[in-house]
Amino acid sequence: MIVAALLKRKLALLGLVIITVFVLAAIFAPFIAPFPPEQQFFEGLTLEGAPLPPNAQFWLGTDLLGRDLLSRLLFGSQATLLVGVVANGIALVIGAVIGMTAGYLRGWAATLLMGFTDLMMSFPILLLAILLAAMTSPGLWKVAFVIAMVSWVQVARVVYAETMSLSEREYVVAVRSVGASTPRIILRHILPHLLPTLIVWGTLGIATTSLFEAVLSYLGVGVQPPTPSWGNMVNENQTYFESAPWLVFFPSLCIGFLALAFNLIGDALRDILDPTLRGRH
Amino acid sequence: MAAYLLRRLMRAALILLGVSLITYVLLFLLPADPARQVAGRTASVAQVEQVRHQLGLDRPVWEQYGRYIARLASGDLGRSYVQRSQVSELVGSRLPATLLLMVGAIFCELLFGLTLGAFAAFRRNTLMDQGIMLGAFFFVSQPQFFLSYLLLYLFAVILGWFPIGGYGDFKHLVLPAVTLGLIGTGWYARIMRSSVIEVLRQDYVRTARAKGLTRGRTILVHIVPNALLPILAMIGLDIGTFMGGIVVVESVFGWPGIGQLTWQAIQQIDIPIIMGVTLVSACAIVLGNLLADLVAPLIDPRIRLK
Amino acid sequence: MNRLLASASIIALLGLGACGEEKKEEAQSQAAPAATSEAASTATSEAAPAASEAAAPMASEPKQGGSMIVTFKDDLPTLDPAIGYDWKNWSVIKSVFDGLLDYKPGTTEIVPDLAESFETSVDGLTYTFKLRHGVKFHNGREMTAADVKYSLERMINPATQSPGAGYYSGLKGFAEFQAGSAKEVSGITTPDDYTVKIELTAPDATTLHLMALNFSFVVPKEEVEKSGADFGKKPVGTGAFKVTEWTSGQKIILERNADYYRQGIPRLDKITFEIGQEPVVALLRLQKGEIDIAGDNVPPAKFTEVMNDPAMKDLVTMDDQLQTGYIAMNVNIPPFDKVAVRQAVNMAINKDRIVQLINNRAVPANQPLPPAMPGYDKAYKGYAFDVEGAKAKMKEAGLEGGVETDMYVMNTDPQPRIAQAIQQDLSNIGIKVNLKSLDMGTVIAAGGKKDGAPMIWSGGMAWIADFPDPSNFYTAILGCGGAVDGGWNWSWYCNKDLDKRAGEANAMTDPAKAAERAAAWGKIFTDLMTDAPWAPIFNEKAVGIHSKRVAGPNGIFADPIHIPVNYDEVYATDGK
Repeated sequence: MIVAALLKRKLALLGLVIITVFVLAAIFAPFIAPFPPEQQFFEGLTLEGAPLPPNAQFWLGTDLLGRDLLSRLLFGSQATLLVGVVANGIALVIGAVIGMTAGYLRGWAATLLMGFTDLMMSFPILLLAILLAAMTSPGLWKVAFVIAMVSWVQVARVVYAETMSLSEREYVVAVRSVGASTPRIILRHILPHLLPTLIVWGTLGIATTSLFEAVLSYLGVGVQPPTPSWGNMVNENQTYFESAPWLVFFPSLCIGFLALAFNLIGDALRDILDPTLRGRH
Repeated sequence: MAAYLLRRLMRAALILLGVSLITYVLLFLLPADPARQVAGRTASVAQVEQVRHQLGLDRPVWEQYGRYIARLASGDLGRSYVQRSQVSELVGSRLPATLLLMVGAIFCELLFGLTLGAFAAFRRNTLMDQGIMLGAFFFVSQPQFFLSYLLLYLFAVILGWFPIGGYGDFKHLVLPAVTLGLIGTGWYARIMRSSVIEVLRQDYVRTARAKGLTRGRTILVHIVPNALLPILAMIGLDIGTFMGGIVVVESVFGWPGIGQLTWQAIQQIDIPIIMGVTLVSACAIVLGNLLADLVAPLIDPRIRLK
Repeated sequence: MNRLLASASIIALLGLGACGEEKKEEAQSQAAPAATSEAASTATSEAAPAASEAAAPMASEPKQGGSMIVTFKDDLPTLDPAIGYDWKNWSVIKSVFDGLLDYKPGTTEIVPDLAESFETSVDGLTYTFKLRHGVKFHNGREMTAADVKYSLERMINPATQSPGAGYYSGLKGFAEFQAGSAKEVSGITTPDDYTVKIELTAPDATTLHLMALNFSFVVPKEEVEKSGADFGKKPVGTGAFKVTEWTSGQKIILERNADYYRQGIPRLDKITFEIGQEPVVALLRLQKGEIDIAGDNVPPAKFTEVMNDPAMKDLVTMDDQLQTGYIAMNVNIPPFDKVAVRQAVNMAINKDRIVQLINNRAVPANQPLPPAMPGYDKAYKGYAFDVEGAKAKMKEAGLEGGVETDMYVMNTDPQPRIAQAIQQDLSNIGIKVNLKSLDMGTVIAAGGKKDGAPMIWSGGMAWIADFPDPSNFYTAILGCGGAVDGGWNWSWYCNKDLDKRAGEANAMTDPAKAAERAAAWGKIFTDLMTDAPWAPIFNEKAVGIHSKRVAGPNGIFADPIHIPVNYDEVYATDGK
């Protein structure tokens, strides 16, 4: 039903198409990529060691190691999508559960939960990332985990603030007074109102996650070379944006499109899921 | 009110204690060895051990932490391992720049974000709405370095309207603040737009409008207070982000903030600086949140201080 | 260790004998020894196609007065000479403080500085320095022999935590003083106010270098005691400049010391260090004429652009460094416990391509010593690039079926890139390398553990000599002494025979035998390559850039000791 509703909206459809393209790229990268993503071509660099701009052999040009940028972008979608979806998923669930519980229950539970949230939020993110990196060996899942660990906090804060406000509203007070159970109130009467917020965070979060993944790569706890991800591609090439703009432009474009697509879909979902609007559209 | 404040302040103290404890333990668990970094590569193993002893790093972690807290209680943040200066002095000298940039950035975020968000909400589902949101969104998804450098190149190098980085007068502040503002605009615009639409849909607002409340009054009386709650929470988050360090923007614009100090300290495992910066950031965040919570009931009377 | 990008270059020769009794001015006018000029001309012709020092002669006369601006990305940690050990503060410290000896500007030749002259005893155990009269600290007090003794003892004192103290362990009484059982270092004595005597436990040919190293620079006791641990931020020395303003994280201002003992030095009245900007941005400012020297050099991303810009190209200086980038293979960890595998790695890597990757800002290496270091063996061919030969070696080791291992690498550009090129080369001979791209501290910690890191790419942490002597490349990083927990010998290679030969070479203190000593050292390094604990990859150059407005005597911007420039000698052509 939701899918059908989504398909009716042009912009959402566009978002779906973009994401489908990226997902297909991730799945079929081994078949459609013109070259292996990690292969360094001798002819992929000038004699001065500069990367090549887009040309007939390398359609999107080569990177600083003489590798085919197009192939790396295609394969990069795998790591990027995986990290984005997993990290955001974990962050949303943790953030929502903690935020709602604290916001609805108030009292010592809120003090404890939000105390913990505040505590986590007070860490400089860079430091936390390095420290977490030192605990285990680097890898895709750890990147997702590290990102989730620093982003759930924000979700929890916002959800907490909104839940506090929602739980004071007339209709919540009303259902509470007729004896509805706490889990029921949270799930039936609060969560639906939070969905728009969660969706907003969830969609925008994918973009942020991709960028954050780049920062983590920089700190050595991101997706490890030579595995490509859009984030680490932007990151390793960004100082070259004047001398080799394609190196920064294409991965940025991909991240931008990815984020845009999730945004469009999120926006549409918000309308569809919003209980106050249901059936009146 | 006084009791509430007291409770909050006690909680703040607890949070700071927790932050310091966790950071200390994590730093202790790091494989990198600060004593070796201080002793240098010419040092024999015995000399490294001597340095380790002098720094107190040969003691059990709980004892090290205990000593740290004891010194902290007397207002001593210790001395940097590498720079040998007082941490309080080092952090103190960076604080004004960080706070200034933070205020500037939040101002820009609010200015761009709220205006665009509200504008988009009122023209919901029009081309204008889509355009605004796309634009705001474009900046959210830009790598910080890319955007900073682009603005610097355009407005400082080519057009020459602003200095090429540095710290001093208002002109120096504009570009870094606008860069950070643009990066955050998407978030504020998005939240503002969502909140405004949410409020516009609520029954009491529809009633109010049905009763003939003008649009301006609707915005003032109902929308602004409601939309501002999540925005306030966002500002609280931003304080955290900015205080934790905005390394990239700071270094592109040569802004002498806390971020660069932190980054250098992390690379050198300069534990006293890392601890000091962490605690100062934590303080700022806790205070920011406290302020946000104190202001919330003023905006939305349905929220009570508890 | 922190002098990551430090450059020390071109000429290195222990031609000390002649300098002994001479005044500095005479030493400067003296013609360079033959070997020195040969080395210099080789280096110059090498750099000439790209850089320009030779192509753009400094025609103008040195001018007095004026100021310049230098940028650095990171703050200078400290200007305490006993503590500062970072390529940025290294040279600034040299302008604020002086030592007994110094290097002739633009070279690595030792000349007297605060010492007017010195003598070496026949047995090589005693050095006697005669101090210059009338040299004043910035606070106005005259510097005497007691200050020299105080400064050395302060640096050796464990409480100071000097990262250079280890260099001075050959001084008589060092151990007792460090352990706290003696109140002074018995090997440092002051017969009168202008004489300092240094006694050693064993002859050591590097002693004179030690007296020219920053760690030995002279500080006034009263100021150290007044400022305590903050002395590094409020430095007072005898140098050409004094620090007049220091705003942490923003700027440091040096002003001319009017009482400096050398006439007409420094040239500039004022140097401002601006801190905190990205190297790419600093270069933009240089292009705009806002700054004079980009202290962090030309960033790789801008290199090709700068070299293709006729206006910029002439401002670039290519500067050889006493540096070797290498792969350390841990001889305790399979498969590198097998000599054949280590040799195979040496043969499998296409060094020319790696040099190309970093825009030809380096030369391929085949032995641990860099070409500019005395003892470098020009005739040594090393392991040629030979994939088939490498495969044969793998077969010899019984590993033709392939093997998997880890390589640690520091995580800042271009290191992970270079590591990926190595990774690809090694995959061709069946060694599957997993990269561990981590922060520097973690890599160093892994290298210091016996079973920590199978392979380390040294880039970014690479060994750069603190002084131009081959011993600096052996003891800690290839000798048995470094192969200990927490040591710097990341390959954990320990060859007792080579250690013995190293000890013998170091004892050859007779200046007349300098060439023989260098050859002995060279042989140690090439013999060591038979066991191949390292795969030397390249010797990197520093690419400096300065504005047209500043100039100096020839070679000043490629000074082997001063990075980015010898601040005392540089002048503003417009006098502003």
